[in-house]
Amino acid sequence: MNGHAIEAHGLVKDFGGFRAVDGIDLAVPAGSIFGVLGPNGAGKTTTLRMLLGIIDPDAGHRTLLGEARPLKVARQVGYLPEERGLYPGMQAREAIAFMGALRGLPLKEGRARADQMLEAHGLGAARRKPIRTLSKGMAQTVQLLGTLVHRPRLIVLDEPFSGLDALNQERLEAVIRAQAADGVTILFSTHVIAHAERLCQRVAIIAGGRVRFEGGVEEARARLKPEVRLATRAADGPWRAALPSGAVREGHLWRFALPDSGVEPLLKALIDGGAGIETLSIERPGLHDAFVAIAGEAAAKAMDGHALEDAA
Amino acid sequence: MIDVIRAAWVIARRDYVASVFSRAFLLFLIGPLLPILAGLLFSIAGAGGGADQKRPAVAVIAGPAEAELLHAARGRLAERLGDAMLPMLHIAAPEGGAEAQTRRLLADRSDGVVAVARGGIDAPRLIGPRAGVADVRGRLALIYDEARAARAMADAGAAAPGPVAFRETVVERAAGPDAAGHAATARAGQLVLMFLTMILAGMLLSNLIEEKSNKVIEVLAAAVPVDAIFLGKLAAMLAMSLTGIAVWGAMALLALRGLFPAVTLPVPAVGWGAFVALGTVYFVACYLLLGALFLGIGAQASSVREVQTLSMPVTMGQLGVVALASSVVAAPESGLAKAATVFPWSSPFAMIARAAQAPEIWPHLLAIGWQALWIGLIIRFAARRFRVSVLKSGGPRRRWFRRWRTS
Repeated sequence: MNGHAIEAHGLVKDFGGFRAVDGIDLAVPAGSIFGVLGPNGAGKTTTLRMLLGIIDPDAGHRTLLGEARPLKVARQVGYLPEERGLYPGMQAREAIAFMGALRGLPLKEGRARADQMLEAHGLGAARRKPIRTLSKGMAQTVQLLGTLVHRPRLIVLDEPFSGLDALNQERLEAVIRAQAADGVTILFSTHVIAHAERLCQRVAIIAGGRVRFEGGVEEARARLKPEVRLATRAADGPWRAALPSGAVREGHLWRFALPDSGVEPLLKALIDGGAGIETLSIERPGLHDAFVAIAGEAAAKAMDGHALEDAA
Repeated sequence: MIDVIRAAWVIARRDYVASVFSRAFLLFLIGPLLPILAGLLFSIAGAGGGADQKRPAVAVIAGPAEAELLHAARGRLAERLGDAMLPMLHIAAPEGGAEAQTRRLLADRSDGVVAVARGGIDAPRLIGPRAGVADVRGRLALIYDEARAARAMADAGAAAPGPVAFRETVVERAAGPDAAGHAATARAGQLVLMFLTMILAGMLLSNLIEEKSNKVIEVLAAAVPVDAIFLGKLAAMLAMSLTGIAVWGAMALLALRGLFPAVTLPVPAVGWGAFVALGTVYFVACYLLLGALFLGIGAQASSVREVQTLSMPVTMGQLGVVALASSVVAAPESGLAKAATVFPWSSPFAMIARAAQAPEIWPHLLAIGWQALWIGLIIRFAARRFRVSVLKSGGPRRRWFRRWRTS
């Protein structure tokens, strides 16, 4: 397994002439929380479906827990799809036990575990209620528990936070952390970056069907320079020459990337130039900024590519 | 393979339990019984209201001696033929003018009199409307003949001979009635087979569409091979239908025994035991051949309307297949009948008819093997279509196809 729970090389998937995934490479370290980030339509869900063997790639190969045929290790994997699917007439405990049975857990054992899990998540009273009578949040919790009931080594969650209120999002984050603490590998996709920033050790940013970045969260943030925010008393003067060329003025505030030379030469030039510094702050970019920059760059490249194709 | 079977079992068990314990299944069970129950209720109500009213009555104007002769004659005949076969006799003593009494008797509605007989047993006259006279003429003549014979025997001082007692020898069958009974059983078998498979294939499609709209299919596909989903669904619906058939069969048997104890069904050529066993096998074959096709088609559709559009040609085709198979009943050795026996979708229909008409078992073994081969092929093909369509997934395109696409 080479220390990787998931490895993918050059995955490609076309849907009727449209290339949804265009040569994706991924390596998810075992025991890590890994985020697949991307804007809507980036190819995240298709990638996850290929990794899990729900659909076959048109090209490339992948291994899941060291196995080239993902369904062979399905009993060790839990999957929460983006579009939640439960039988409306099934009782909550039966739904969880059934999902466990699909992954090889005996029904009796599944029911016992379902009762415990529902109780632990405050849904003990709902365990014999049909899914159709539960609220959306409760039904989503039931499906999540069904994903975990067989105690998988790898959990794949596709947009797990969508449709959850803030309280349930907090609970889900806690569940993910608890699973990771038990050594379970977790891969989840999201387009809400805050969750990934709080939870993930590593992320892959996908845009236009390709991986534009893969690495640690800090690594992603480090791809952008810190941003300087400056307010001065003087509107103009020699100090303006100290500002880098990309500086942008927003009201009385100047914003620009911290120059490679660092903050001290900048400060000296501003003071010497008579800027009359009111405030100066240096802000480290968040994962959100890195994501916007990387995904935006990819979108711009894609647009350029289309323009070239059109011109040709 | 074991994994596929295990996973198919999990899915089949869920589908079976969900289907059998649903209101829809209750409707499915009682649906075909409703017309039968309604028919029974009407027939019971009709029978209770006027069993005697339907039996024609004849008013006989006769003196006490003749009346006694006629009653005794009717009693003897009723013992042999059954009471229901003979008209009722209402004896009326002669009163004044015969014409006037006849008119009165015909005008009386209370006794259901359709005709009046008068003039004694030696020169009887039958008076009544044309239909009434025609209805009772022959059977009344039997009674009169019997009365006259009894009187002649009594006049001669001879004892009346006792009723004839045949020495009976029972054989298995006689060709004449057997052929007609076999043909009827063959047609009934084909109709039942068609009726059941059409209902069940439709239910299978609805079930699949519901699953697709529930988005459960992706949860299943991530956990088990798509072939297992396909087989599980097919098996669950088959088990459900066999449950339905068992319930219907038991109810039909109880109804026959309870309501019509005297009715005997024509025995199929292979005997009832083999016929039921073969019928079950052919039903399973027919259902799998059609169900797999429907499941493959259903996977292409995303709504009930689309399913209806896509399944229409198959349903029409099925009617054609049954029409083809019906040729086996009329002319079992014709070329058309042979074609119906060989064509996989009509083969179960053709062979159930053959089971009713011909006693040989070996052609059934051949046919079952042939159908099993086709079931394997169709399931394989349909499962592939199912996999490609239901999840928009397939293997990489063949190279030649890619070359053709890019050329």
